[in-house]
Amino acid sequence: MNNEFLSSLNTNKTQGGNDQPNPERLLFKSLPGISEDLVRKISEDKSEPEWMLQKRLESLQIFKEMKMPNFGPSLKDLNLNEIHLFLKPDSKKNLTSWEEIPTEIRQVYENLGIPEAEKKTLGGVGAQYESEMLYHNLKKDLENQGIIFINCDEGLKKYPDLFKKYFMTECVSPKSHKFAALHGAFWSGGTFIYVPKGVKVEFPLQAYFRMNSKNSGQFEHTLIIADENSEVHYIEGCSSPNYEDKSSGLHSGCVEIYVLKGAKVRYSSLENWSKNTYNLNTKKAVVYENGKIEWINSNLGSKVTMLYPCSILLEKGAKVDYLGITYASTNQNQDTGCKVYHLAPDTNSHVVSKSLSSGGGTTSYRGFVNLKKGCKNSKSSVTCEGLMLDDKSKIKTFPSMEVEEKDVKVSHEATVGKIGEEEIFYLTSRGLPKKDAINLLVSGFIEPLIKELPIEYAIEINRLIELEIENSSI
Amino acid sequence: MLEIKNLSVACEEKIILDNLNLKIETGKIHVIMGPNGSGKTTLAKVLMGHPKYKIIHGEILLYNKSIIGLSPEELAKKGVFLSFQTPLEIPGITLSNFIRKAYNSIKEKKFSVLEFRELLEKKAKEIDLKREFLDYHINKGFSGGEKKKSEILQMLVLNPSIAILDETDSGLDIDSLKSVSKGILNFIKENSSNENKSILIITHYKRILEYLHPDKVSIMINGKIVMEGDESLIYQLEKKGYGWLKEESKNLEE
Repeated sequence: MNNEFLSSLNTNKTQGGNDQPNPERLLFKSLPGISEDLVRKISEDKSEPEWMLQKRLESLQIFKEMKMPNFGPSLKDLNLNEIHLFLKPDSKKNLTSWEEIPTEIRQVYENLGIPEAEKKTLGGVGAQYESEMLYHNLKKDLENQGIIFINCDEGLKKYPDLFKKYFMTECVSPKSHKFAALHGAFWSGGTFIYVPKGVKVEFPLQAYFRMNSKNSGQFEHTLIIADENSEVHYIEGCSSPNYEDKSSGLHSGCVEIYVLKGAKVRYSSLENWSKNTYNLNTKKAVVYENGKIEWINSNLGSKVTMLYPCSILLEKGAKVDYLGITYASTNQNQDTGCKVYHLAPDTNSHVVSKSLSSGGGTTSYRGFVNLKKGCKNSKSSVTCEGLMLDDKSKIKTFPSMEVEEKDVKVSHEATVGKIGEEEIFYLTSRGLPKKDAINLLVSGFIEPLIKELPIEYAIEINRLIELEIENSSI
Repeated sequence: MLEIKNLSVACEEKIILDNLNLKIETGKIHVIMGPNGSGKTTLAKVLMGHPKYKIIHGEILLYNKSIIGLSPEELAKKGVFLSFQTPLEIPGITLSNFIRKAYNSIKEKKFSVLEFRELLEKKAKEIDLKREFLDYHINKGFSGGEKKKSEILQMLVLNPSIAILDETDSGLDIDSLKSVSKGILNFIKENSSNENKSILIITHYKRILEYLHPDKVSIMINGKIVMEGDESLIYQLEKKGYGWLKEESKNLEE
């Protein structure tokens, strides 16, 4: 069933016409591969303090010593010796007007409707191209409230003390895994957000990450500190052009979020990398007393994704809500899941994951919940559901739990099934084209999750999935 | 209008329809009755182009043109409609939006959202289906009877040339049966002036037929039509049961 439809989902046309690369116009392109010289060169280029260079070099050492992940999708086709880890586009950095960005680059963001959205619904926007943040702008009235929203490179320069305390220390250590270490050595760009005590950021802040060159690497760093009783919604979007060959790109970003006492952070992410891209990403939040982190995590693109957003519920009353949508089509392997550590009493985790696969693609839910001794009166519920759109695609679930405390409530549900032939028959018998029928069934499947999302985000997800189905050739 | 000649159909290597012959005349109400497992629902699904069934041989002609191999979507465009024995519950879209989507994909005439809503509400009222159900997801939260009404509502709005009603009467209480029958009669009547409609009713019970008065009755056993007649055949069957016909059918085979 649906074979033609499913195999045709292979094309990546869901980037507002951005599936083709721009010509490569770079001020600097590192030689392919990993070297200490390059680490020094990046640090020097950014005029970093000595301690950051040392941190990069330590990370490089850790990277060399650590083994590749021994679980999940195969990374054997990822040849790090072919990847250019640092690319500086031929443009000024940190601009606050779109007009100053070279036209062909600006067009990418315009196709995505970002400058338009900035005017209407966003409080601030960052736009990274290759290794550099070209645009970063925050609305004046937000700036006046003491909110900081700047390029992470700039953040390091302006707030060295905050960076010393929070940058790849307690949250994501370079020792977390091999690609976190690689990130620590080669990070460039990304976003730094600080929300002062009691400030609720009215409009979402958004950053968009675009990779362009063949065999490129992108290592943006996102550091968010939400001070006591503050609130912020951050939206992240990602994409890259499609290369019709076997070349690979590598995206290895790192997100660190500190949700201080009583604060609330919502992190919405829509990753739509091309099918050349290895997306080996790290996201983690540390949540203090009565704080709340909300992850909205959707992964549609990439060749391989390994991403397990992690929440440390460090103090009493800390909460995490995780909503995940993952879609793998032909030659895609999406390995994602939510990790939660309940370290204090009255903590709460609520995880809902929806996976889709078609055209021989594989999605896996790989989650982990740990309830430590002493986290009395804590609750955890995990629900993962999978829908396969044909017989050759796979959905796997690897949920695991370690419960060390008796006085807790824990639940887990997992269901995986194939799209119903009878349902398709019912809908098509009324005259709906098959792709509309499939589309409708898919949107019914993700609907309970979609309705929890902010409206713009929900529209975007629906649009991307509909486009995938629309571009198919049933 | 619809003619089936020597049709044999298999599903998973098992023959279900066996050299079946049937002719449904334009403008008529045609009834098929038969014991459980005789292949009635298979026939309905085959006529609607279900991909699961394999047609071994035979012909299905709609207005003298073969419709074998057409997809359900294409058949819907040609005016074939199937009211499901067990209507499915499908979340993700409201009944109202679904019917509009279906309408727009098979019909030339386009309605504005408002006009279409008016039409839907009018038709829903005809069969006593509460308006609120239009805003539920397809058949979600509907009772058995309301699901059947939802099928009839779709038929009334999509206005096909031939409607196949697969046990639409099962599970209905007396009031719902009356409402559904009224809908079916309206479907025929409303159209008698301009275009002719046919209805193929698959049922186990004579009670719906008391409202509808079929023009022709065919009895199906083991994938074949074994006997045909007028309305009086139903009463004969009521008295004697299928046992009598099974004997006839055996004799027929021998």
